[in-house]
Amino acid sequence: MSDISQTPENGSSKHAGSLLTPNPRTIKRNNAEKRFQVYGIAAIAVGLLMLVVLVTTILGKGVGAYSQTFITLDVELLEKKLDKKGTRNIDDIKKVTTFGYSPLIKNAFKTKVAELGIETDLKLKKQAALLSKSAAGQLRNYVIANPDMIGETVTFRFLTNSRVDGYMKGRVSRDSIANDKSVSSEQLDLVDELVAKGTIKKTFNIDFILGADASDQRPEAAGMGVSMLGSLSMMFVVLGLALPIGVAASIYLEEFAPQNWLTDIIEVNISNLAAVPSIVFGILGLAVFINYMHLPTSAPLVGGLVLTLMTLPTIIISTRASLKSVPPSIRDAALGVGASKMQAVFHHVLPLAAPGILTGTIIGLAQALGETAPLLLIGMVGFIASNAPDSVASGLLDPNSAMPAQIYEWAKRADPAFYERAWGGIIILLVFLVTMNTVAVILRRRFERRW
Amino acid sequence: MSFVKLTASALAIAAVSATAASARDQVQVAGSSTVLPYASIVAEAFGENFDFPTPVVESGGSSAGLKRFCEGVGESTIDVANASRKIKEKEIKKCAENGVTDIIEVRIGYDGIVFASDIKGQTFEFTPTDWYLALSDTVLVDGKMVPNAAKTWADVNPAFPAQDIQAFIPGTKHGTREVFEDKVILAGCEATGAFEHHLAAAEGDTAKKKKKAAEKACIALRTDGRSVDIDGDYTETLARIESNKDGIGVFGLAFYENNTDKLQVATMSGIVPSTESIATGEYPVSRPLFFYVKKAHIGVIPGLKEYAEFFVADEIAGSDGPLSEYGLVADPELEKTQEVVADEAIMGGNS
Repeated sequence: MSDISQTPENGSSKHAGSLLTPNPRTIKRNNAEKRFQVYGIAAIAVGLLMLVVLVTTILGKGVGAYSQTFITLDVELLEKKLDKKGTRNIDDIKKVTTFGYSPLIKNAFKTKVAELGIETDLKLKKQAALLSKSAAGQLRNYVIANPDMIGETVTFRFLTNSRVDGYMKGRVSRDSIANDKSVSSEQLDLVDELVAKGTIKKTFNIDFILGADASDQRPEAAGMGVSMLGSLSMMFVVLGLALPIGVAASIYLEEFAPQNWLTDIIEVNISNLAAVPSIVFGILGLAVFINYMHLPTSAPLVGGLVLTLMTLPTIIISTRASLKSVPPSIRDAALGVGASKMQAVFHHVLPLAAPGILTGTIIGLAQALGETAPLLLIGMVGFIASNAPDSVASGLLDPNSAMPAQIYEWAKRADPAFYERAWGGIIILLVFLVTMNTVAVILRRRFERRW
Repeated sequence: MSFVKLTASALAIAAVSATAASARDQVQVAGSSTVLPYASIVAEAFGENFDFPTPVVESGGSSAGLKRFCEGVGESTIDVANASRKIKEKEIKKCAENGVTDIIEVRIGYDGIVFASDIKGQTFEFTPTDWYLALSDTVLVDGKMVPNAAKTWADVNPAFPAQDIQAFIPGTKHGTREVFEDKVILAGCEATGAFEHHLAAAEGDTAKKKKKAAEKACIALRTDGRSVDIDGDYTETLARIESNKDGIGVFGLAFYENNTDKLQVATMSGIVPSTESIATGEYPVSRPLFFYVKKAHIGVIPGLKEYAEFFVADEIAGSDGPLSEYGLVADPELEKTQEVVADEAIMGGNS
């Protein structure tokens, strides 16, 4: 550092060597620079390596959730089981619970196995146990929707249970089920035969993306769809509240507010608020929105309000930064041709600052989308995302979960099949986040003006 | 300007929706994370079979659930609290203070608590005494209580391998902890004679107080890191065991049965835990599971009574039902419970 300023002793005669032959000190300095570059490259390499490890782990563990094992069966919808009176009265049909549908499925399984000529010593109950527990519900919904089909034979595609699915995906092996009570080696033999005959197939499963959460007994039927709607409703609330409030606050602070100690305090507090841990907003939301204002628990509206509080400082800070970057000459010119201060701001400054504001908003939203901690406290974790909302109001007010909360919930559940779905959910969440960030980058690149 | 308008309309929407929030049409349940899987299985089947929307089940622990349950009566409070232990006198009192007086107690069945270790590790055959000697703060040596110095399981019981003692037990906010203390540590304390020693040394005016003090001394666990409290779920315990092969963890039976490829279960007093051995009462470490219903909400919240009845119906909670398939030990006196729900009989008798 002091190399340059060092004055040569006794004039410059000592350093008379050629510039082309480096002296030891130059070599030392050049080496230091090279070392520094190597450090930098190493740091980037470590970062990239981490990213690669992260992405490959997520993809490796999560891609399995997007395909699912299905079995095709022809079910005879027996009239004597489903509609004893034969009147096709929907209320009578509804009285038959899912338990009443299990014998039909067992029968269908029996016919299928006989039809394919498969020999098995398994009891019928054990054979039918290969199916997901959601099969009876699927059948019942179909019959209620199509009561005229009673008496006919209909082809259905049912999910298999999570152990069979795991076997098809290589997660479950014959060794790993040695102590397992829910599936036996003989059942897997039957699966092998059915696979060979083409009755059991592993295909892409759209229900994972569109479906609702399922209970612990049927991980194969669980999906992200409803919690995705929950996240979406929350984002609407955040966008609808945080953007106008944030922009209005920053315009006032930046363009109109007098510079005094009060505005200084507000500024410092906004910066501090941006650094407050999100869980604090969760507790605040529980105390204010739920306990005091009596808004419903687990509602996306409350989640959105809490996330609004969290996102506001981010939006205010980025909006102020982009307002500041609009050169004063624009304002002066507008004022000079007779515009009022408000006209100058809204007609000239704000449009020029808009790309920056939008970028900040999108990044704030992306941050809010991935937030889990505050949602835990306002009751968005548990078995919640099972009712798809049927209107905008119910989307905001009916209990729902959110994507990150749903992932957290799945990761806690006992069946390893849920663990796979948690990773699958992370992929969806990442796709959302990457898309939002890309949009932000594109907006900035396309519309931002530099002076 | 447009921004002002936007803000105003957004706020107005929020306000309007807040007032519209008063009509709730689904049952809301919260409480024990042990009961959560069972409750969600029932809720799902309930939504499938009835025209009511699927009930919402939140977790958070027995105590947290009962606390919310006792917050008052009304649509903004929960209807059902799940608990992996009986409601306490203190909680009933707190409930009554807030106007929650008529509570229906429903016992759904029993849950086994098992001790499991890594599948590739050593096999263990425990007795409560072993656990007491391994984890207690102080142990009885030659008539005196001395700090526990056991380092390996061989120090506890010569029949065991010399594996480091590393236990992962549920934290104090879990209902499971209480059962562990009661049925394992306290039983071991009594079996080793340490209980008598504590009782003799206990202070207190009455015999009851002395007994309580002795029990408290019994269940004091060592704090040198060999016994680790897990405040999270069983998945966390499993992760700890996977990273520390010497670890032995406390799990629910249902969780173990779903992870038999990673865990091996230890016997307790010579009995292998299973739904059968728990139903007969042979396996000692089990506890009843409950849910509590606010009677005042029946008839107000649609589907609440139907949900409670459906939960304890033979085809759900019976020995062939989906709950027992998942790991719940069916209650032999289920019929009585069904009557309680049908009659809406509240706790304390006079309904």
